[in-house]
Amino acid sequence: MKLSLGPLQYFWPKEKVTAFYKQVEGWPVDIVYLGEVVCAKRRELKLEDWLEVAEQLTAAGKEVVLSTLILLEADSELSRLEKICSNGRYSVEANDISAVHLLDGKNNFVAGPHINSYNAGTLRVLHSCGAERWVMPFELGQSTLQRLVAEKPAALETEVLVYGRLPLSFSARCFTARADNVPKDQCELRCISDENGLPLQTQEGQELFTVNGIQLQSGVPCNLLGEMDMLMDMGVEVARLSPEAGAMDELVILFRDVIDQKYSAQEAVDIMQDRFAQQEWCNGFWHEEAGMNWKEHQLGA
Amino acid sequence: MVAVKNKIELVCPAGSLPALRAAIDNGADAVYMGFRDDTNARNFPGLNFDEAEARKGIDYAHDKGSKVLLALNTYPQPQHFERWTQALAHADSLGVDAVILADPGLMQHATEHFPDLRLHLSVQGSATNLHAIAFYHKHFNIQRVVLPRVLSLRQVKSVIDNSPVEVEVFGFGSLCVMVEGRCALSSYVTGESPNTCGVCSPAKAVRWEETPQGRQSRLNGVLIDRYQKDEAAGYPTLCKGRFKVKGDDVFYAMEEPTSLNTLEILPELMKMGIAAIKVEGRQRSPAYVKQVTKVMRAALDHCLQDPDNYSPAADWVAALDHVSEGRSHTLGALHRPWQ
Repeated sequence: MKLSLGPLQYFWPKEKVTAFYKQVEGWPVDIVYLGEVVCAKRRELKLEDWLEVAEQLTAAGKEVVLSTLILLEADSELSRLEKICSNGRYSVEANDISAVHLLDGKNNFVAGPHINSYNAGTLRVLHSCGAERWVMPFELGQSTLQRLVAEKPAALETEVLVYGRLPLSFSARCFTARADNVPKDQCELRCISDENGLPLQTQEGQELFTVNGIQLQSGVPCNLLGEMDMLMDMGVEVARLSPEAGAMDELVILFRDVIDQKYSAQEAVDIMQDRFAQQEWCNGFWHEEAGMNWKEHQLGA
Repeated sequence: MVAVKNKIELVCPAGSLPALRAAIDNGADAVYMGFRDDTNARNFPGLNFDEAEARKGIDYAHDKGSKVLLALNTYPQPQHFERWTQALAHADSLGVDAVILADPGLMQHATEHFPDLRLHLSVQGSATNLHAIAFYHKHFNIQRVVLPRVLSLRQVKSVIDNSPVEVEVFGFGSLCVMVEGRCALSSYVTGESPNTCGVCSPAKAVRWEETPQGRQSRLNGVLIDRYQKDEAAGYPTLCKGRFKVKGDDVFYAMEEPTSLNTLEILPELMKMGIAAIKVEGRQRSPAYVKQVTKVMRAALDHCLQDPDNYSPAADWVAALDHVSEGRSHTLGALHRPWQ
């Protein structure tokens, strides 16, 4: 099984982004997805800057994939999409069907988690257009995955998000700006100060969602560390972690160690719970329940 | 006077046979409906049509010269894929005028097995730009797209100017603030979403409680809102709850309860060349359908006759506000400052 680092969901200053990916060069991940996927107004890094990061990661032995914007409305957004899709060098993660249309029959691509791949018929369509990998949509669970892995075209690889806050919804409206009572047009890119988004709490203080510009994420990260053995048994080719500020390197190493069988999934979960004692997680979607639920990994289960 | 490109089809919701009749009797050019299961995005208890009712409804509509569109706009998973393909077969044999689909796998099945069935791309298909529309047109020969409620008026125009297919927009009704087809807030909290089960914030997960702090609504245990004595309580749709983001300020962090209302911009929509205008609300009563259809019919007729001198009548606006969420209305994303 390969390990990937999904596209950065948050808006970080350029120096922070480049410093982060400089570190990634030395991490045991195989695939790195790069680019802005949430908001077209976030332009700390231009396409050329991302390509420079891509160059360095490639030199460090990583497979680089350029990720595309999830919600495309304006003509300017479409022309940026066209540039990415015709970059001629790197594979592209299509996060909107418009990207699939541009790549169709021209370049192999990854069908990202925001392409609604809920059944084998859809996977066959995507594969016939040139998809070589698909990322499972976040609200799907283990029995659907099992069926899809069995029924999909054999050459189509499967990738599953195993760690990170789940992007749950997108809007034309910016919720970060709204929290400060300013319109999106006058946002002044204020989300740059929220390195892991803004917690949205219920009136009782439950951390329900995370506000990240036009995107809402889960309040706590999804964590499938305890399910890694099952994912490997199923034949899932790639496990994805979603970048966040904090101890990302430690998380990457824990997942790597399970893949390399240095630890069993259970041992790794114990280590993680010791190390991140205050952290809460969710894995309900995997268990086909409310996504926010957390089920402890059961030995032998 | 600017010439209007086409007659605009008024598409109204039919959650039941009485609602279907109310829509058609009050001037709907088409109604949209769903079967009584999770194959459509309004899979609510007591709503929708079994086969006999569907047959009756379709006969009624066709007798009066109206069209029937059938929504099969959820995303089937492998365990139950046959339920959706059977629904397609039923739709075909019932002689509906079009099916409204969102799932590419199902569209592929439709083009292979029911090549004569007219396909519309559901709002749940999340097509917000011309390349996305072109994809569905190229692969599945869709004939119409229903646009998500996230585009500005200028963006809608740009889509229409470049679209290879007809464009349908929402004209009135409850407002999704999120891109339709891409929202898993409901399944995150309840396990069921529009994509997977055809529901959002499902009624079975709702609990009301009276407390010393006021009346509270919960969704699968999660506190969605708390109302003071004099406040009207609304249905606890997740995105319309009051939450805290920074500090202790409690506010509508995503959207206030309000309805989309496009009466004000009908002439602009018309001149842009929209093919159809849709009224949301299959879950609403026949009385709602009657009221909204009546107003929209009158407005469209006025606007078609003389778009340059059109303005929404005060009694239309009042009638629609009366049936609106929160008794208020907005142009939503069509109006830039809303964004």
